[in-house]
Amino acid sequence: MSDPANRMLTGAQILWEALHREGVEVVFGYPGGAIMPAYDALLESPVKHVLVRHEQGASHMADGYARASGKVGVCVATSGPGATNLVTGIATAMLDSIPMVCITGQVSSKVIGSDAFQETDITGVTLPITKHNYLVTEVDQIAPTIREAFYIARTGRPGPVLVDITKDAQQAKTEVDWSDAPVRLPGYRPEHRARATDLEAAAAMINGAKRPVILAGHGIVKAEASALLGRFVEKTGIPVASTLLGLGGFPASHVLALGMMGMHGEAWVNQAIQEADLLVALGMRFDDRVTGNLETYAVNAKKIHCELDPAEINKNVRVDLALVGDVKDTLTSLLALVAKTDRHGWLDRIGSLKGDSAVRDIQQMPHQDRLFAAHVLHDLWRITEGKALVVSDVGQHQMWEAQYYKHDYPRKLITSGGLGTMGFALPAAIGARFAMPDEEIWVVVGDGGFQMTACELSTAAQEGIKLNIAIINNGYLGMVRQWQQFFYDGRYSATPLRSPDFVKLAEAHGLTGLRVTKREEVEGAVALARATPGVVVIDFRVEQEDSVYPMVPAGADLHDMIRRPSPLVETAADE
Amino acid sequence: MTESRLRTFIAYVEDLPGVLNRVTSLFRRRSYNIESLAVGRTHEQGVSRMTIVMEADDDAARRIEANLYKLVNVLRVEDTTLRPTVARELALIKVRADSASRPSVMQVCEVFRARVIDVGPEALICEITGTADKIDGLLDVLMPFGVVEMVRTGAVAMVRSADVKGREGDVSQERPGARDAA
Repeated sequence: MSDPANRMLTGAQILWEALHREGVEVVFGYPGGAIMPAYDALLESPVKHVLVRHEQGASHMADGYARASGKVGVCVATSGPGATNLVTGIATAMLDSIPMVCITGQVSSKVIGSDAFQETDITGVTLPITKHNYLVTEVDQIAPTIREAFYIARTGRPGPVLVDITKDAQQAKTEVDWSDAPVRLPGYRPEHRARATDLEAAAAMINGAKRPVILAGHGIVKAEASALLGRFVEKTGIPVASTLLGLGGFPASHVLALGMMGMHGEAWVNQAIQEADLLVALGMRFDDRVTGNLETYAVNAKKIHCELDPAEINKNVRVDLALVGDVKDTLTSLLALVAKTDRHGWLDRIGSLKGDSAVRDIQQMPHQDRLFAAHVLHDLWRITEGKALVVSDVGQHQMWEAQYYKHDYPRKLITSGGLGTMGFALPAAIGARFAMPDEEIWVVVGDGGFQMTACELSTAAQEGIKLNIAIINNGYLGMVRQWQQFFYDGRYSATPLRSPDFVKLAEAHGLTGLRVTKREEVEGAVALARATPGVVVIDFRVEQEDSVYPMVPAGADLHDMIRRPSPLVETAADE
Repeated sequence: MTESRLRTFIAYVEDLPGVLNRVTSLFRRRSYNIESLAVGRTHEQGVSRMTIVMEADDDAARRIEANLYKLVNVLRVEDTTLRPTVARELALIKVRADSASRPSVMQVCEVFRARVIDVGPEALICEITGTADKIDGLLDVLMPFGVVEMVRTGAVAMVRSADVKGREGDVSQERPGARDAA
């Protein structure tokens, strides 16, 4: 038996040991006064630390790591400004249900509440944007709290958990019992199971439906239910529409894959939803970007909602049947109950709905001496054979990516859906890189969003990681410009955007920068980026005033879409 | 959509710092308007009980319950609206009463079974326990005398004694997943 004194650990040491025991390999963070004891103990820990340039980057990196791996992402920051800088990343993770644990230092317990230097009530600040949070003031609470935090973050509907640890708790010593007793959270009920009678009723509705559509959401990806969904679709013959975050949950190349639904979904997808007599919603929450006007949304369809979170049922759309439970369990049960069905008539109808979409599609348009973002995304998809992990930011390029980069595999598209956080992509991709060291990763980002977190180029350079960054540069805050064009009489208020020379910016970081202004140059640049080690930034100078089509205006009927003018209307020339 | 009506929820929560804040933050964030909220200890160690009265239709009520369950520190939620319940509220009312008006004020209090618990030269304090309606009634009658100040606790509620279903055992010992809100 060793000397009991030797088994005494500081709170800081306990923190890293607890993270290590949770399987944490890498954390993303930034040191500061109130977290210094933890950073001192970090030097003896096997956990790798990635130094970010701004704490928002740390929370997005933890998020990207979690989305790519399915594991819990971890970020670390100091008190006050360090903690508040995490907030956007925490809210992003909350809206997209991403498992994440955020560790923040806090001023000593003796001075809490005195407006001490760098004191912020971060548990108060993050109350509505975390799944749960903790303020730890006692050293012996650190180990059990970390265990609870990970358990809560990854179970049930996942989400971010913040653990705020005072400096004195990090410095104090205690002896820890590392027993594996189950976490005791009497009020926490992450698991639900659909009732057998409801499952039978659902199967009867599915078997009886003439025009059914599956709405596949993020839940399919998170529940690792893609293969199961594939079998379910094979058996039932029901076509699948995906939400933005559901893309890749069902292979885009499958004959029954319709594509993305919603505001910038394909016209035939939205039309099929409006004509459906049954919607089978799997792990999605009827977001307003998906439904359009609720009064006219799929009025002829019965709705079955398979969803893990009971609070989502009947929140936006009234459903006829709710199957509350893990979508994987629900699908497994349903698979045994549904019948093989021929749905030729309905699939033919959807085929005819596609109609002239192909000729309206920008892929069919001439492209001499011009560069359309859609062409860039299409070519990127073609060259990478649809196998890259794409991390997109928020805006027009995000929608073009969703439309033209066809994802066949889950966890191959990482993007901020619910919160729509510009600046997400670069740090999230850095996080994803640490989860997927060998994967080909492409950041697809606008010139606006890129500049929000471009400082993280420096992080990527310091870590020596490989990333390809495609900046879809149109000289505008493009999505807002598009709304101004459509809904504000073309009055471009604060949307023209001057950017630095992105090639030089890359070079200033010791990285590689390329510029592409014509479609002919796309393939060569992509090939060069793939072959070049380290981070490669490609500045794609695309059409400045191109818009994303189709578009359901906010609050309009889902079938009331603005279509791309055909033939293509001339847009402003490249600069 | 069913009609909106006043609903009473009883929430058993862990007696920890910040739990009340979590509950009220949830209501604020989801734009649910609280009519009254009363919090206190229970006979079980470490368990507090909240009685929450608010306006909601059936759908909203179910989601409120589900959202409360999502709070890690919430042990159990009961929507007692449609169950036989006793609900009581306590109010202290300071009303103007000089030597001339005091007998009338005290007579009113007696009719409402309110207790006079403090008397001064120009005012007295009466204490009344009852349903919100009863307290409103007393207040109406006292208004002409001049109400100086008033404090009400908000309702506390309990399902009637005949209905003990689901109340065996301690709430703090419930198994995870034992109860589905859907």
